[in-house]
Amino acid sequence: MAELSAWAADFANTFYKCFIKEDRYKLLLSGIGVTIRVSLIAVALGILIGLLVALCNLSNKKLLKAIGGIYTDVIRGTPSVTQLMIIYFVIFATVNIPKWIIAGIAFGINSGAYVSEIIRAGILSVDKGQTEAGRSLGLNGYQTMIHIVIPQAVKNIFPALCNEFIVLIKETAIVGYVGLMDIQKAGDFIKSATFVAFMPLIGTAVIYYVLIKLLTLVFKKIEERLRKSEIR
Amino acid sequence: MIKVKNLKKHFGDLEVLRGIDEHISQGEVVVVIGPSGSGKSTFLRCLNLLETVTEGEVYVDDECINDPKVDVNKIRQKMGMVFQQFNLFPHLTIMENITLAPVLLKKMTKEEAVKRGQELLARVNLAEKADAYPAQLSGGQKQRVAIARALAMDPEIMLFDEPTSALDPEMVGEVLDVMKDLARAGMTMVIVTHEMGFAREVATRVLFMDQGVVMESGTPEDIFGNPQNERTRDFLSKVL
Repeated sequence: MAELSAWAADFANTFYKCFIKEDRYKLLLSGIGVTIRVSLIAVALGILIGLLVALCNLSNKKLLKAIGGIYTDVIRGTPSVTQLMIIYFVIFATVNIPKWIIAGIAFGINSGAYVSEIIRAGILSVDKGQTEAGRSLGLNGYQTMIHIVIPQAVKNIFPALCNEFIVLIKETAIVGYVGLMDIQKAGDFIKSATFVAFMPLIGTAVIYYVLIKLLTLVFKKIEERLRKSEIR
Repeated sequence: MIKVKNLKKHFGDLEVLRGIDEHISQGEVVVVIGPSGSGKSTFLRCLNLLETVTEGEVYVDDECINDPKVDVNKIRQKMGMVFQQFNLFPHLTIMENITLAPVLLKKMTKEEAVKRGQELLARVNLAEKADAYPAQLSGGQKQRVAIARALAMDPEIMLFDEPTSALDPEMVGEVLDVMKDLARAGMTMVIVTHEMGFAREVATRVLFMDQGVVMESGTPEDIFGNPQNERTRDFLSKVL
């Protein structure tokens, strides 16, 4: 019993040292802000690039296909840390915009390659008869895509896309490489400042876990909505 | 109305259509019969360019539609098509299925299209299904909606690609009844089907296709009662 209370006291003490003392929790809070902002830009850009590249890859114009193919190939063939560092230290080296925006762009470009493959597969999964029905009514290819194929593809794409975004959010934990203080970096900083590894790292893990759990719940709700038209 | 000159269609080395010359006039109900693989569906799909034409010409209202300069979308608006697999848009309600194209192509306002949609649904006896989704309908109901959807564009010609082949037997009748109504109302129709009784009843002309060519063409009485071609006789003896 005495042992247990000693352990609890020690735990409380470490907790205080890591999160309360010198307002260290604020580091983590601002880290959450950074992670969320970087992720939001990355997700938005990822969808945009992904959709464009998917359409390039599906088009029958050779040039567009080649561009889409090279992009997907290069991005998937190199580590995201390397891409992040190239974009930050090379491409945006002399440009004066906030770090988190640059990081968001880097992750967006990275995610776009994966999203494009997800979208491409989703579009191909829609029965060819749907396109034929649209075209036979006199709609052009673009109208058929927007009003008939993509709305149906979204349903097939959505679960895979959610998965990609969850991976993406966790992937942003490398933004410390370009000097951004996100959740991971904040945890690491506290570790260095306090010489305690357990508490800040577990804290970091818990924060990521909760964020992603919340997001998963939101995704579930949206998915239920999307399935509405399948109800008999 | 539709004129086809020396129409050929190849899929790689496979010659599916080997030169078809045909003339379909306004008000005709042309039923195309023949064994599977004979090219009937491909022939139909070439008429609205769902298949690209390898060689030859297809004229609709004296306009060569496989000329690259022609706006295919405009031509297709004049030709409704009904598919074997219905191909209703599952993410849209029945009414939205019907109004999508007329509204998008600026033929009608939303209100006009809905009003027209209600008339068409009444015509195919599905007025109460306007707000349902395709998944809630039976096969026969789906196909009747598909017909209404095609009619919403006020086409001059209706193409039917085996409209009853994917239906349970007890639902075939309701779809054929709608088609008979259309035929009686004077719609120009080209129908690929295996329903010989229906062909005999509504066709003004029957085409028998085999091996990528029209082997024999004539009134239903001639084709079913007194077929001239060896292949026609052979086919009919198997299906009748």
